[in-house]
Amino acid sequence: MAESAITPAPLPSADLAKVPVRTLLPWAAFFGLLMLIVLYFVGAEQGATSLIAGENVHEWLHDGRHLLGFPCH
Amino acid sequence: MDAAKVRALLVRGMLAGAVAGLFVFVFAYVVGEPPVDAAVGFEEAHGHGHGHGVEAVSRAVQSTAGLATAVLAFGTATGGIGALVFCFALGRIGRFGARATAALTAFGVFVTVHLVPFLKYPGNPPAVGDPDTIGKRTALFFLMIALTVLLGVLAVLLGRRLAARWGNGNATVTATGAFVLACALAMAFLPSMQEVPDGFPAALLWQFRLASIGVQALQWAAFGAVFGVLAERLLEPGGRRADGPSALRAAAR
Repeated sequence: MAESAITPAPLPSADLAKVPVRTLLPWAAFFGLLMLIVLYFVGAEQGATSLIAGENVHEWLHDGRHLLGFPCH
Repeated sequence: MDAAKVRALLVRGMLAGAVAGLFVFVFAYVVGEPPVDAAVGFEEAHGHGHGHGVEAVSRAVQSTAGLATAVLAFGTATGGIGALVFCFALGRIGRFGARATAALTAFGVFVTVHLVPFLKYPGNPPAVGDPDTIGKRTALFFLMIALTVLLGVLAVLLGRRLAARWGNGNATVTATGAFVLACALAMAFLPSMQEVPDGFPAALLWQFRLASIGVQALQWAAFGAVFGVLAERLLEPGGRRADGPSALRAAAR
């Protein structure tokens, strides 16, 4: 990166520019929710609450659930 | 910055989280599985099993494919959330570049979502924890996380406000102290859960819990490092900021 710094480029403002909340909100709402649903299935499904009958989800994720720190059973 | 950049950062966050998940899988298999196995042995010897006769998933599958599924899904999903938090933090927590913001984001998530809640409600190995209280323990666990994240956000706001008057150093120390004090108060008032069965080896419990917090420390350290590089390449093409440390080093040459 030395050569680019020898002739100082005009200050790239991208790193200091804020992402407007209005731009971020749809992404955060949709993908944030999607990620939380994934985390729910990794961490809590068939534990305290159960959407799918049986214990297969719980059993398959058993070791990861314990080691990731979720209350497992 | 536009929506295309947010999308690109989100993809990179999930990728960085998955890469971190690969490291975590190796660590969890090598360091975490021995105490889990020993705890399952204790569980079976003392008849505190899950209460079902035939194992639906064998231990061999649980400790390999099952563990890999859990840590990779966890890594990818938290990586996406980490990228969204990064997008919001960028330019709002101080004059930090992309890489420093990524490192601070990862550190902040680790401390507020994992480290502080772990101090009150640490992960339990198999055989520890009464199945009848799983609902209460799960609710308290997520309540503690929500509370610590809230306190962390308030501490950052406090620090930003004080920085203008007291300078960055004093503001950071004061806000950190306020955060620690508030967390200690929350821990003192929330109910404790102590459900270690009689005769469960203390050393095994310690070994498991150390591995458990190690898993999260590794996940977020690796995420912060990998995502920091990817985000920097995306947001600061052609090198670091002209007024950054690398420019100063170059100027001094």
